[in-house]
Amino acid sequence: MIDDPRSPRTAGSRPPAGDPRSAIWRSLSELSDPKHFRELTRDEFLPGASELNRFNRRNFLKLMGASLALAGLPACTRQPLEKIVPYVRQPEELVPGRPLYFATAMTLGGFATGLIAESHEGHPTKLEGNPGHPASLGATNVFHQAALLDLYDPDRSKAVLKDGRPDTWENFVAALNGIVRPTGKGRGLRLLTETVTSPTLYSQVQKLRERFPGLTWHRFEPIGRDNVREGAKLAFGEIVETRFHFDKTSVVVSLDSDFLYSHPDSVRYARDFSARRRARPAQTEMNRLYIVESAPTITGANADHRLPVRHADIEPFARALAIGIGAISDPALRLPPPVFEKWITTLKDDLLSCRGRSIIIAGDNQPPVVHAIAHHLNHFLGNVGNTVEFIAPAEPEPVDQLASLRQLADALQNGDVETLVILGGNPAFTAPAEMRFADSLKHAKFTAHLSPDVNETSARCDWHVPQNHFLESWSDARAFDGTVSVIQPLILPLYQGRSAHELLDALFAAPGRTDYDIVRDHWNSQNPGADFESRWRQALHDGFIADTASPPKKVGLRSSGIPASHGDPAGLEITFRPDPTLLDGRFANNGWLQELPKPIVQLVWDNAAYVSPALARQKDLANGDVIELSLDQRHIRVPVWITPGQPDDSVALHFGYGRQHVGQVGRNTGTDVYPFRTSATFWTAHGVALKKTGGNHHLVTRQAQQVIDSDERQILREGTFEQFQRRPDFVRRDSESPVETLFNPPGSPGDGYRWGMAIDLTACIGCAACTLACQAENNIPTVGKDQVAAGRIMHWIRVDAYFRGTPENPAVTHQPVPCMHCEQAPCEVVCPVAATMHDQEGLNVQVYNRCVGTRYCSNNCPYKVRRFNFFDYADYTTPGFKPMRNPNVTVRWRGVMEKCTYCIQRISAARITAEEQDRRIRDGELRTACQQVCPTEAIVFGDLNDPDSRVTRLKAHPLNYLMLGQLNTRPRTTYLAKLRNPNPGLT
Amino acid sequence: MAQLFRRRSNSIARTSLVAIVAFFGASAWVLHAVYWSPWTTRQDNPLPQPVPFSHKHHVRGLGLDCRLCHTTVETSAFAGMPSTETCMTCHSQVWKDAPLLAPVRDSFAANAPLRWNRVHDTPDFVFFNHGIHVAKGIGCASCHGEIDQMPLTRQSHSLYMKWCLDCHRQPERFIRPRDQVFSSDYEPTNQASLGKQLVADYHVRTAQITDCSMCHR
Repeated sequence: MIDDPRSPRTAGSRPPAGDPRSAIWRSLSELSDPKHFRELTRDEFLPGASELNRFNRRNFLKLMGASLALAGLPACTRQPLEKIVPYVRQPEELVPGRPLYFATAMTLGGFATGLIAESHEGHPTKLEGNPGHPASLGATNVFHQAALLDLYDPDRSKAVLKDGRPDTWENFVAALNGIVRPTGKGRGLRLLTETVTSPTLYSQVQKLRERFPGLTWHRFEPIGRDNVREGAKLAFGEIVETRFHFDKTSVVVSLDSDFLYSHPDSVRYARDFSARRRARPAQTEMNRLYIVESAPTITGANADHRLPVRHADIEPFARALAIGIGAISDPALRLPPPVFEKWITTLKDDLLSCRGRSIIIAGDNQPPVVHAIAHHLNHFLGNVGNTVEFIAPAEPEPVDQLASLRQLADALQNGDVETLVILGGNPAFTAPAEMRFADSLKHAKFTAHLSPDVNETSARCDWHVPQNHFLESWSDARAFDGTVSVIQPLILPLYQGRSAHELLDALFAAPGRTDYDIVRDHWNSQNPGADFESRWRQALHDGFIADTASPPKKVGLRSSGIPASHGDPAGLEITFRPDPTLLDGRFANNGWLQELPKPIVQLVWDNAAYVSPALARQKDLANGDVIELSLDQRHIRVPVWITPGQPDDSVALHFGYGRQHVGQVGRNTGTDVYPFRTSATFWTAHGVALKKTGGNHHLVTRQAQQVIDSDERQILREGTFEQFQRRPDFVRRDSESPVETLFNPPGSPGDGYRWGMAIDLTACIGCAACTLACQAENNIPTVGKDQVAAGRIMHWIRVDAYFRGTPENPAVTHQPVPCMHCEQAPCEVVCPVAATMHDQEGLNVQVYNRCVGTRYCSNNCPYKVRRFNFFDYADYTTPGFKPMRNPNVTVRWRGVMEKCTYCIQRISAARITAEEQDRRIRDGELRTACQQVCPTEAIVFGDLNDPDSRVTRLKAHPLNYLMLGQLNTRPRTTYLAKLRNPNPGLT
Repeated sequence: MAQLFRRRSNSIARTSLVAIVAFFGASAWVLHAVYWSPWTTRQDNPLPQPVPFSHKHHVRGLGLDCRLCHTTVETSAFAGMPSTETCMTCHSQVWKDAPLLAPVRDSFAANAPLRWNRVHDTPDFVFFNHGIHVAKGIGCASCHGEIDQMPLTRQSHSLYMKWCLDCHRQPERFIRPRDQVFSSDYEPTNQASLGKQLVADYHVRTAQITDCSMCHR
């Protein structure tokens, strides 16, 4: 319906009219059939979006006329009576109606990111980054934003289960101790965790080992970093973590590393990276990013030069680069494809001219040898100590997790495991297929699983214990740089959950300590002293313990050098990647993440095998066609998506979808590719047979929705840093003088505020954190796959992706589009009930209680930023969602239009505070949700009447331009043109 | 051919015309009357409460300040409702065995909050803020009426948007000096000149406060 699945087949084979290199395009179907695409762009909503399923408006009216008349009557009822329920004893610091903020932290893959949680009368309603925390610097990624929804998820596990039937925690503790205690030293006792960086949990494990010497501790993450650890061992002989300082870097070479989006420290890296990229007048340098990657990623979209190659070709590339530069020597070099030659000579010059100011970073999915080569290169180029430093890993006793899980699986099958306690994770779903982990679980005498939801592993364990959300429990964890972060709860457990600390504590003689006692006692024992209380309070206030980052470590390169390469694998390649929004599947029941368009392809609610346009042509594949992949007697059926920029002969598969034991949101979404993923093919496999099955799966993408129909320069302006240096205002046209008018222009400077926004496209990386932050802040509902297909997605700020160049390797530019808050808004003049109008501060406001749902406004909006509640998308009935909502934003009902408000509730709060103190709102005091979350500070909001505000200065920036400025809508949201810094040697 | 209509038809037709007009007129009047009636607005209609709390006794009789109980009225959108503990500050000493106060004592003993019926209730799409009104010199009585005369709390005004706009359009008619905001006896003598002066002194943005976005978001 959206992206006509049949049309892309011809993409590439039939070049579009005009030179594809100079035109931007939104999807492959636009390239192949611009006329049809143009028709799609005409209206705000897609054809058919305004029609109820199977009914058109006329039939609807015929059938429902009488009902409609009657339906009007309930509006005449009185308001229902409401209660006021004051506290019995009101907490001292709490002012009802004003939020409180607490520092906490969230872990992903074991690494902590500091957060500030906003709490309204005891319920957390929003998570923001902690500005003081080194992994956050005030920003977050999409997962931190969406974690809030997990807390209130009605499908969470609510009770202890024994063989699937409700039981009690006390019975569980008795049963666990009943089986472990009699063994004395803990024979056959196994513990399986995810990556643990929590000092408290680690000390508990250590104590547990003393108590039960027979205990074996296994660790496993499906998005493992074994390659990073092995790579460090290969290069240095010991496991060290590499920290990069992108803020000091001029040239970055990424070897398949998506460090701007999926690295444990990506929020921080994105900030540092953009610091060297932002265009300022009289700037002399801008950093340059080269990437060689095996599937399109966010980082690839931000690269100045991108080379799509097979996963297997990255090692030869790295080797050839290192040899070319002289960092390593290897006589048995597998000759790289000729396309590399130009790259390598160019890179060599660029890197050698920036000694000590470059970074070579290898992706977590690349084999250890690539990491080792990167280490050699960084050493050779003098980066170590400047842009690269080594620290002890945040994880204590790091292990090879794949081997660790294999030992456990073998032990299970050999019957060596009596008791297995699994803390978190979902190994029955995520373990490599050949281990048959799910089936092996039954060989243990006693299995228990601590998990936030009843998942595939819980279903196969004897006992399931609900795990508390991080906003419900005390814990601690280390950030990527080692900083100890305190995880502080915001709310008492909503259900009968327990934390990992409490579960381990249950194995000791005197259980019953709460996780607060456990964490506090641990730190008290670490820092005894009279001033512990004050330091503890300081750490809770800050969210982290100051000066606990790991100090830089000195490591020397091993003399043995780099092992020789293994030769060129043949045949079709597949790569495994975590799903960009569900990760390993843990967020499968999170509607916000399910509906967040995936980077580049903008698919929602599904995963797909990414194939290149050439491969699709060769195999006669169209979007959604189901293919069968076969390797070593394993088969998998998965729909394909023809992805611009995907390397030929390589198919990218995303794991995390297709969960069987999952709540109602994640049910029947996507395809499970884990059964195809083994230890041998953990990240990649070769010689895969691809067969078209003839089936088709309906995939939904947002890519061709809300398309602005205009010529390219009106939407997106791009250029190079060189152009900017030569003529800073090169994006402007002489013809862009203001339209002359006899009337006073609206929104003239007055003594009030004049709100405006500037979005720096050079800084924007397209991570879509703004979309989710807005969703959480503004009570925006999700609508589901079918509704997205009908063009009814509700996001107030969308991140458009534009492609430029050939489908084989296009340049991708992201553009966040919120409401433009036009000073001469086309939506306002067509509203028959004046439900959308201007206020004194220049906001284009939407008055929900006036709106009658004519949708004339969205029809007249050239930016297509208005969203209509075609149904009651907001869930009024689920009681669990009520405390999640922002109490300062109306929950919209069916039949009203909505759109970005510039976070009017925040403006209002800041204005009232300022007025009460008889002053003006200070610049920076007020930030919109999208601005606050942005890792690269690409979005700046403020008062245009303040000549010194950041936004006023950006509006005067030579790169500033108006989207669709020729319409004379005078948008308050403007853009700074996208700059890239290509190397002339490669263009 | 006989006449199709009798003579009587004329009067029926005329009467019908009048009747139709009258019917719609009457319907409109009924709807209007119902819409503005205290039945719909809940104006002047004391609600049942767990404890028949008397503002008249506490404010007029004892002279308590509004802010003793409504502690957050100057700092928050919500004026604040006294916690049971606040009630018990006095009522553990005074009237400590009164049967009327049993729900308060029970609440305190059982740690179960009192559940009051909300008297002043704006729709959910209206975001009213007490703090800014107090800061700009709008007296409690301007909206809540002579609350010091009420043995049982009731709503003095319709709380309809029209009523809000009466003041938002002409704040000078109601604004008072900040030190008189909590007074129940404030009687301005020169509101016409004082009001204008205060609106200027307190920087009330008269053009802005009729924006939709002031209250709806």
